[in-house]
Amino acid sequence: MDLFLQQIVNGLTLGCIYCLVALGLTLIYGIMEVPNFAHGHFYMIGAYVTFFMMTLYGLNYWLSAIIAGIVLAILGVLLERLVFHPMRHTPATNKFIAAVGAMLFLEALARVLWGSDYRNIPSVYDNVVQIAGIRTTEQKLIIIIGAFVLMAALYVFIKKTLIGSTIEAMAQNRDGASLVGIDVNRVAMLTFAVASLLAAAAASLSGPIFLVYPGMGNIIIMKAFVIIVIGGMGSIPGAVIGAFILGMAETMGATYISSSYKDIVAFAILVLILSIRPSGLFARGVR
Amino acid sequence: MLSFLKEHKFKFIGYGLLLIIGIIFPIVSPNRYYLTVATLGFIYAIAVYGLNLIVGYLGQLSLAQAGFFGLGAYTSGLLMLKLDLNFWLALPLAAIITTILAVLVGLISFRTKGHYFVILTLCIGVIINLVIEKWDSLTGGVRGLIGIPLPNPIGPLEFKTLESQYYLVFVFLLITIYVMNRISSSLLGRTFRSIRNSEDLASTLGINVMYNKLLGFAIAAFFTGIAGALYASYIRFLGPEISTHHLTFEFLLFLLIGGQATVAGPLVGTLIASVITESLQFAQEYRMVIFGLMLILIVRFFPGGAVGEARKLKVKVTDFYNRRKAGNYPSGPGAGSSKGKLGVPSKGESHVTKN
Amino acid sequence: MLLKTEHLTKNFGGLTALNKVDFEINEGELVAIIGPNGAGKSTFFNVISGFYRPSSGTIKFMGKEITNLETHNFARLGIGRTFQTTHLFTDSTVLDNLIIGYRSKTKMGFFDAIFYSPRSRREENMCREKAEEILDFIGLLEFKNYPVANISQEAAKRLAIGLALVTEPRLLLLDEPAAGINHGETTNLANLIKKIQQSGITVCLIEHKMKMVMNLAEKIMVLNYGTKIAEGTPKEVSENERVIEAYLGGVEHA
Repeated sequence: MDLFLQQIVNGLTLGCIYCLVALGLTLIYGIMEVPNFAHGHFYMIGAYVTFFMMTLYGLNYWLSAIIAGIVLAILGVLLERLVFHPMRHTPATNKFIAAVGAMLFLEALARVLWGSDYRNIPSVYDNVVQIAGIRTTEQKLIIIIGAFVLMAALYVFIKKTLIGSTIEAMAQNRDGASLVGIDVNRVAMLTFAVASLLAAAAASLSGPIFLVYPGMGNIIIMKAFVIIVIGGMGSIPGAVIGAFILGMAETMGATYISSSYKDIVAFAILVLILSIRPSGLFARGVR
Repeated sequence: MLSFLKEHKFKFIGYGLLLIIGIIFPIVSPNRYYLTVATLGFIYAIAVYGLNLIVGYLGQLSLAQAGFFGLGAYTSGLLMLKLDLNFWLALPLAAIITTILAVLVGLISFRTKGHYFVILTLCIGVIINLVIEKWDSLTGGVRGLIGIPLPNPIGPLEFKTLESQYYLVFVFLLITIYVMNRISSSLLGRTFRSIRNSEDLASTLGINVMYNKLLGFAIAAFFTGIAGALYASYIRFLGPEISTHHLTFEFLLFLLIGGQATVAGPLVGTLIASVITESLQFAQEYRMVIFGLMLILIVRFFPGGAVGEARKLKVKVTDFYNRRKAGNYPSGPGAGSSKGKLGVPSKGESHVTKN
Repeated sequence: MLLKTEHLTKNFGGLTALNKVDFEINEGELVAIIGPNGAGKSTFFNVISGFYRPSSGTIKFMGKEITNLETHNFARLGIGRTFQTTHLFTDSTVLDNLIIGYRSKTKMGFFDAIFYSPRSRREENMCREKAEEILDFIGLLEFKNYPVANISQEAAKRLAIGLALVTEPRLLLLDEPAAGINHGETTNLANLIKKIQQSGITVCLIEHKMKMVMNLAEKIMVLNYGTKIAEGTPKEVSENERVIEAYLGGVEHA
């Protein structure tokens, strides 16, 4: 029973990280219809920026995380301006390939600049805490709390600000007949900024418990895709639900089934879902 | 016959050149290293031809191709290592098993469309890769498969030397190109292209879109499986990394450099990419930095690839000469009476609208 | 009777785009479907051409029920159609566009292709001949080698109709064939449609240009909010109270 509760906390932690990454991916997909393959590598760069801010410049963890967020937001806007904006009228396949190109570029660049070594963001909060009989670390609590704070902030941003609600409206209804007079450019840039910031936050939060290396974006981006397909591409609540489903499924699968095949769980779920519902779990059927 | 030759002048010149250069290359090649590069390039090119059929002709961005490549390689390698099968039995078996799996994959994945299809095939590729990596007892896991035998001799023909292996792979490449050329210039190729252009329109013409996609996918997987089997007996070592999506992306890059939906594109692209890779030897780690950028630049500025852009240029030049010859270019029927050119819907979008 | 729908209904989520439509098209007729924008005309076309599966109701074609067949089988049975936005294979020539239209009548497969079998050669010639025959019929033969991108909008419209004709349909569905072309061209197009009917093909069209519809059609069905509100000869329909009301009440000016 203890193990089970422990695994719930672990699943929740993993779900939180997935959630922050998947939210960005789904926002970008919703607004631009770009499956941004480079998003996982933004997460990777976010981890590196945090790492170097702390180790090279001796900055405090939180300050490093904020700087990583700012750097990544700028990078996100740059990617949108330089690659996706000029390609917005090209076929979907071309955008996808461009995103793949951006991904390969970023990973190789990270390798060239920082080498292929595995690194670890120094953990300041690695004390074990016990809450209601569940043993966990401070860092995991920080991940959970941090992720929920960010989700709440995103919620407020989307629901209470004009530009935020525009993003939501555009994401959920791309035809957007009622959205005449919106500065689409501004919305696109802002979406990329917010999404990349969330990826950086996921990286800073999880950095102390995960390893940091150039290829770390590869698996997470694919899992994020699995999540947003489960949740319906472009759907914000769908991404949140999908992230926690996957986080839990993986943790439980690793504990109770097989840890070496745990990474397959996510992809097997996706194949299963799309075999039964070719347009995703929550998509409204047309034909 | 003469007019036929004349009409296909460029094609014949192309084939002749390919044949001559292909045959004399080992003789004139200044060092054996180039020969290994060319052999590996040809093997990849066969796989890229498969990708071209599915991405270029059918317009379906399948990212499971390296998975099929790995599957073909491991199947052939395991059949030869564990069952002592003859290469000439293992190769077709590997191709057929890959094809059967691809049909099963296709049955699931072609029910999805657009980005869902891309992501689904990507995930299937990842699953194949993970199974290869984790199924330690069969595949050797991350340690890989070592000591895969050379292709068995056919009568007096042995494949012990690098030259003989080169020619073996070259023959398979020629067969592949021949088949792809036949497909491309037949009604089957037209059918595939019509699906790429507009699935909706193709199905209103009575074309069974699902069946044709599956057929194309199966043919593509067959050749990808052959490429994998050739790879296994050429490199003689297999690791799980030959089935990762990174290899799929490389295939995609080769295809885009050469030009999708063209018969020459895959070979041209693979060779250009090989030359670039080799000339970057001094800075191997920069390779993907450059290729990543190239991928973006090509889709942004030269979506036709080398062959496609050359063709566009040729059309422009002929057009220019025609104008000079005729004084002016004949105008279209009723041109000027309407609003000029028609607005063409962009590819890949559905045009079935509910009112 | 060629085509018959019974209680044909199509829902999109909570929206009923088509509500229990009963309609019949007889062999050799030229019928039209009219109605204000959003009345469900295109949905009706999409359902009877197999693009959408109806939520309920049945479609019978030549006495056989075809409701749940796949899209390409509708075409194979003899229902050809055009789209509202002109739909062509944009990166090939006029002739190439039509050649593929005859594909469903051919049988050659992968092995025919790689061995260049007599069947594949014969069928390729068949397709080419059929394409040229139709190009002649629609008056575009002399432009057969033009890239589609270089022909006028009116020619493109005729070519789109030609593409549907190559499949040798018994019933041809035309979705707003005259949209976006001028008066003189509309007359030409009306003549072409008449010529198609005279060649023995049943035609059903959606059109907003009332004058063309009234001149051409022998029978008209009027849809409003997904429901059939009237059916009859042009004269009957134009005098129908509910039709007048629908058109005056709607935003659309026909």
